[in-house]
Amino acid sequence: MAPAGSACRGLSANAAQRPQGKNNGKRGDGMNDIWRMIGQRLLLGVLTLFIISVVIFGATELLPGDLARELLGQSATEETLAALREQLGLNDPAPLRYWNWLTGVLQGDFGVSMATQKPISELVGTRLGNTLFLALYAAALSVPLSLLLGVLAALWRNSIFDRASNALALTAISFPEFFVAYILVLWLAQTGIFPSMVRITSATTTGDLLYSAFLPALTLTLVVTAHMMRMTRAAIINLLASPYIEMARLKGMSPMRVVLRHAVPNALAPIINVVALNLAYLITGVVVVEVVFVYPGLGQLMIDAVTNRDIAVVQAIALIFAAAYVLLNLLADVLSTITNPRLMHRK
Amino acid sequence: MEKPVLLTIKGMQIEGRSGDAWHPIIKGVDLTLHKGEVLGLIGESGAGKSTLGLAAMGFARDGCRISGGTIDFDGIDLRTAPEAARRGLRGKRIAYVAQSAAASFNPAHKLIDQYCEGPVVHGVMSREKAEADAVELYRRMRLPNPEEIGFRYPHQVSGGQLQRAMTAMAMACRPDLIIFDEPTTALDVTTQIEVLAAIRDIVRQFGTAAIYITHDLAVVAQMADRIKVLLRGDEVEEADTRSMLAAPREDYTKSLWAVRSFARTEQPPATGTPVVSVRNVTAAYGTVDVLKNVSFDIHARRTVAVVGESGSGKSTTARVITGLLSPRKGEVLFNGKPLPPSFKARSREELRQCQMIYQMADTALNPKLRLRELIGRPAEMYLGLKGKALETRIRDLLALIELEPDKYIDRLPGELSGGQKQRIGIARALAAEPQLIICDEVTSALDQIVQEGILKLLDRLQGELNLAYMFITHDLATVKSIADEVVVMQHGAVVERGPKAELFADPKEDYTNLLLSSVPEMDPDWLNRLLAERGELA
Repeated sequence: MAPAGSACRGLSANAAQRPQGKNNGKRGDGMNDIWRMIGQRLLLGVLTLFIISVVIFGATELLPGDLARELLGQSATEETLAALREQLGLNDPAPLRYWNWLTGVLQGDFGVSMATQKPISELVGTRLGNTLFLALYAAALSVPLSLLLGVLAALWRNSIFDRASNALALTAISFPEFFVAYILVLWLAQTGIFPSMVRITSATTTGDLLYSAFLPALTLTLVVTAHMMRMTRAAIINLLASPYIEMARLKGMSPMRVVLRHAVPNALAPIINVVALNLAYLITGVVVVEVVFVYPGLGQLMIDAVTNRDIAVVQAIALIFAAAYVLLNLLADVLSTITNPRLMHRK
Repeated sequence: MEKPVLLTIKGMQIEGRSGDAWHPIIKGVDLTLHKGEVLGLIGESGAGKSTLGLAAMGFARDGCRISGGTIDFDGIDLRTAPEAARRGLRGKRIAYVAQSAAASFNPAHKLIDQYCEGPVVHGVMSREKAEADAVELYRRMRLPNPEEIGFRYPHQVSGGQLQRAMTAMAMACRPDLIIFDEPTTALDVTTQIEVLAAIRDIVRQFGTAAIYITHDLAVVAQMADRIKVLLRGDEVEEADTRSMLAAPREDYTKSLWAVRSFARTEQPPATGTPVVSVRNVTAAYGTVDVLKNVSFDIHARRTVAVVGESGSGKSTTARVITGLLSPRKGEVLFNGKPLPPSFKARSREELRQCQMIYQMADTALNPKLRLRELIGRPAEMYLGLKGKALETRIRDLLALIELEPDKYIDRLPGELSGGQKQRIGIARALAAEPQLIICDEVTSALDQIVQEGILKLLDRLQGELNLAYMFITHDLATVKSIADEVVVMQHGAVVERGPKAELFADPKEDYTNLLLSSVPEMDPDWLNRLLAERGELA
């Protein structure tokens, strides 16, 4: 790999030495386009979130049950129920309640959890941190793993390695998450190697956390790896028939170099997109895994909130999940554009 | 004294896989190449030229295998040498220049990075030295801005420049042998000359041996010391260039020489209302005008050839006529009546009158549809034919394009040869019973013998069906054989137009002259003479 390294260094050194001519202006155009795209996409993202907030609000309106009765229990009298509804603003028409909620959210105030009487931002804050930790943990395991497997599978396509990694990845993705989770518990927790439950207190160190959250992270890794790996493999193999790949081979380049230096840079856009999609899933799709491992994340909180009819919490979490999708997709689009010279360096 | 032998190929056999069976592609060809010698390999597509050229590098494409014979490169047996040793030779001592430089440069890396990769990985020179060397070779290849051009990405450089940059890249390690695989086929004639001259000079300067693969006899005549003719994987004959051109021995070679003999009988100047009349059309993509005040007429039973280099606005003109692009100014009249600018506003009857045939029959035919549907659909849609009448019509059309109805009606495009596919393209256009057919480079992707068949067919159909043709092409030989009138375009404007004979005999404009004189001739001294005339370094 030494030549690749030196080639890259030579490249950047030379780029820096280029006279400040036309080319630099063109590069600037590329960056301007990026900023414009980010601006447009952020505006679109805000619009998307607004629409989603309406949908979320509408959906929670449809939930059966009565919050007041849920809070006060079956024995509450009609008067106390009515008083509580009045106090909570439940008698206001839906658009007004939506408006109040939305203006609150825009000021960073998600309201107060009706079940626990704590401010939602506080409640969600720690849980969001936990969920992001788990997502990052799983991403740190799964993204390098699946990219490595994908590249190797493409390099040694139709080999035993290719078939075995494909079969394993497909097996892992074919089982429901909770099943994978319980199998891991059976194998790795029953034997006492890893804990099956995650407890996070103020005394928990990062090391402890990495250890105790290993099983949920591994479960998530198993679930998302197949998708990313297969996409990486397919994106690379798709390019291997290109004339420039044949050219690289006819220049006497090794198969590894052909794949890494000539195929991968051109396969980045689809790979980035599938990684972003799976990262979004790692944040929003953890509900089941969090429940199985009693992991104090957003998913758990959402389940609890739904059971308790704690509508404001459900709305806040759904909005956070939606924002994660929007942001990660934006990030994927920006990265795909940056890695494509045709878009970055106009004619 | 004869120079030492560099490459000896004996009894080369190469097979290709289709399904589970292997079928022969190269059937025992011998080839000898001396140091510094240029060998021309010619033949039609499918003759095995590229396959044989790649075999000289010890390389077989995926799905092919070298099944017999020996390849001796300067004492190294490329068939028994380990893959690592072969890799060590490729790019370093044997280099390759591909047909489409645009597709063969990696879009993700700058030209100079791709140039330096070979020398650096093969350990021939350091990155710094390779870069300096690249600039020097870019200069020798007469690339504009040799200091700068390497730091561009492939999409920022024109096709002719890319082809020269690729030749420079092949030269990077100063190889003993370069395989040129149709390096100018994708280029315009005027660009082709520059590339041919640059390639020939650099090969001579470094005394590099070369195998020059092409289907264009006139090109190979300029480049090669010796010529080998291939047909379906077999050698037809081999001789030095001058004697081959002067006296080809085999019938097949003679037929290649004689291909361009087809010329249709010239029609008298047309009168009356033209079928289509393009009037002062100016059209733009975005804010850039790509057509500027274009006007010409096409009459029934006449063929108007629109010629020019890529980017001159030929296909855009067709898009305006078909309504795919609305003009900014001007209009298109059909039988004297103005057509709505956009196809969306045209009636089905107006749409029916103007049909198109495309360059790439491969991609213009839906691979999942049988010929019955491909040809039947327009007949059904425009003429409302159904059931028995439709079946009869499809069979008639197949007979018209000289394909046996019973044999072909239920085939898929994938089961046809290139020429047959193009015939289906013609039948599909005829199914609508149009008055005007726009032929967009319809013969460019075909071999010369096949081209001739298509041109003859188009000519016969025109007579029988009273058709008007707009014939878009950059190939002036085709123009000579089929056109009545010629419209020469450059940078979106009509440079010159007039009856074919007049225009060819006495071009009024410099550009027309340049275009006409750039068409390679069979004479091996043509390039030298032309370059001398144009005052360039010969």
